[in-house]
Amino acid sequence: MEPSVEIIKDLHRRMLRIRLFEEAAGKLFEGNKMPGFLHLYVGQEAVAAGVCVAMRDDDQVSSTHRGHGHLVAKGGDLSKMMAELMGKADGYCNGKGGSMHICDLDLNMLGANGIVGGGTPIAVGAGFANKYRGNDTVSVAFFGDGSTNIGAFHEAINMAAALKLPVLFICENNEYGEYTRRDKVMAINDVVDRAAGYGIPGVIVDGMDAMAVYEASLEGLDRARRGEGPTFIECKTYRYYNHHGVQTLGMKYRTDEEVEEWKKKDCIDALEKRVTDAGLISAEELAAVRAEVEAEVAEAVEFGENSPYPDASTLLTDVYTEMV
Amino acid sequence: MTATTTPSSVHPQPSFVPETDRELTYLGAFNEAMFQLMREDEDIFVAGEDVGLQGGVFGSFKGLSDEFGERRVVDTPIAEQAIVGLGIGAAVAGLRPVVDLMFFDFVMVAMDQIANQAAKLKYMFGGKATLPLTITTNGGAGLSAAAQHSQSLEAMLCHVPGLKVVMPSSPADLKGLLVACVRENNPTILVKNKRMFGTTGLVPEELYEIPLGVGNVVREGNDVTIVAYGRMVEESEKAAQRLADEHGLSCEIIDPRTVQPLDTDLIVASAKKTNRVVVVHEAVRFGGLGAEIAAQVQEEAFDYLDAPVARVAAPFSPIPFSPGLEGHYVPNAKRISAGILETLGRPVPGA
Ligand SMILES: Cc1ncc(C[n+]2csc(CCOP(=O)(O)OP(=O)(O)O)c2C)c(N)n1
Ligand SMILES: [Mg+2]
Repeated sequence: MEPSVEIIKDLHRRMLRIRLFEEAAGKLFEGNKMPGFLHLYVGQEAVAAGVCVAMRDDDQVSSTHRGHGHLVAKGGDLSKMMAELMGKADGYCNGKGGSMHICDLDLNMLGANGIVGGGTPIAVGAGFANKYRGNDTVSVAFFGDGSTNIGAFHEAINMAAALKLPVLFICENNEYGEYTRRDKVMAINDVVDRAAGYGIPGVIVDGMDAMAVYEASLEGLDRARRGEGPTFIECKTYRYYNHHGVQTLGMKYRTDEEVEEWKKKDCIDALEKRVTDAGLISAEELAAVRAEVEAEVAEAVEFGENSPYPDASTLLTDVYTEMV
Repeated sequence: MTATTTPSSVHPQPSFVPETDRELTYLGAFNEAMFQLMREDEDIFVAGEDVGLQGGVFGSFKGLSDEFGERRVVDTPIAEQAIVGLGIGAAVAGLRPVVDLMFFDFVMVAMDQIANQAAKLKYMFGGKATLPLTITTNGGAGLSAAAQHSQSLEAMLCHVPGLKVVMPSSPADLKGLLVACVRENNPTILVKNKRMFGTTGLVPEELYEIPLGVGNVVREGNDVTIVAYGRMVEESEKAAQRLADEHGLSCEIIDPRTVQPLDTDLIVASAKKTNRVVVVHEAVRFGGLGAEIAAQVQEEAFDYLDAPVARVAAPFSPIPFSPGLEGHYVPNAKRISAGILETLGRPVPGA
């Protein structure tokens, strides 16, 4: 189904919210205002936006170490996100989790994850709960190409296939796991080849094209809602920044030319050009959206900066759920 | 109550570290030892995530792939269980693998291969398997790496018979202990501390070995024994110096260097000399090495103790991300000093 103009606008805004949030986070990180590890999602926005626009609010998401984009796309509050990334008390996790553990359970975003492969089994569990309850909610597992090499991934996807669970598997193939190129650590060219081994359908989509991701996701979600089990979607995409931090060029494991080639296919530029060329949305309207998102991000940075560090008295809270 | 026969000093310790005036970092010492070991023994190979082209995410294996090539320095898929299993199988087949798990936390992902396979094969096979396997990893908190990238899980490993667990506290010890691990014919796990990578110290250029299971007297003293390992040795030294300067106290610091096997003799001898023991570790207090060390000290030196064995360790929670919380989590010189003063029955300033 060709996305409507409303859908396209939604895709555009969600991608922009991710992009501008991430770039602001990168600046804070560079300025030493953001502690710990920072895995930026920039370059891959079309995937999170495409999938999440296709999802319903009650559908769940499991995420990865590169998880900000998934939460933003699920409707995350940028202020609470920024505060969390800065380790502040008003952050999503009260400063206890940071970038790698950011979550919003009210939005059914079940958390970023510091362990590669750690999130996928959790999405399968959410899918199980949906089927158990007999509702038509679907859970979505976002994961990287590299994570498909770990045991937890295989165990989880096979289980979902065997139990015919309503789970959508979204592989974000950005060609690298940290500093190692994909072809060094798997003997197949398309990760989606693995789907056949689990007996589930697999499709490849251009992960730089939000509309294509949206359409493929809608199909996978519908299939799961109909009780026909999981679908595997491989999104071919690219991360602009280094695995961690804000460097883009001059890396030993990839060439600068490769980075520049991918940037020419930038998901936001491509969508903006397509809709203005087709006369669907005016350049002015796109610019107005950008200005709105810029303001929202600036507000988030200010909120994060003004939020206090958590009080030491909270150190030992939330280890267990207390009985009531 | 102090027993009448107080030994005047712990038994003299050989240093195992040759004389030198060359400085090197903790990470540099590890890296140098890897080069030297691999030149010496063609059966040694390295496998792990990003160890080849990248030289390890922290630079531990930097340059190795240039000299030894992809045959001996293997970039693996993200697959901790298979990485350890690769090491086990290759070791049983006669090679001498060094397999790397990027973070101590990821040891949990590979725990079946480590605890159910590597640790037990020899015993289960009636002594017929030999496993010259070294697992290297990086532990420790204090970098805002949060709950899944900061843990100190040595107690879990020490609990499994068949493994040897090594927690070096200085560049020179790291080099000598890595050499011992790699030459050892049993599975060993060597845990570097992430916050010590840039720490410098005197490190001999030649290859030397510090035997596993032999502790080190880092500082001699008479009033109290601090047992610490890994980065907590550095914090304990700061605390000892402060207590000497401000309270005229004389602390003895014992670094067991390997936590399995544990140099109980050295710890007990020191306990008999000072009559008071404080154990310090980064891991959580409950069920930590401190509990084991306290138990052993009271079993073997009960009559010599003037105070209960104390523990300074992390509280019982996962490791928080925020620097605002993590600063209160990780034991430091201040908390160690307070623990020592309490053990000595002295007032703790600011308490
Ligand atoms: C079990 C485990 N092993 C290793 C790591 C270290 N690590 C973090 S991200 C990453 C690469 C993941 O690659 P991929 O799944 O392709 O995701 P991408 O970073 O490309 O988004 C690795 C090896 C980890 N966090 N957890
Ligand atoms: Mg990847």
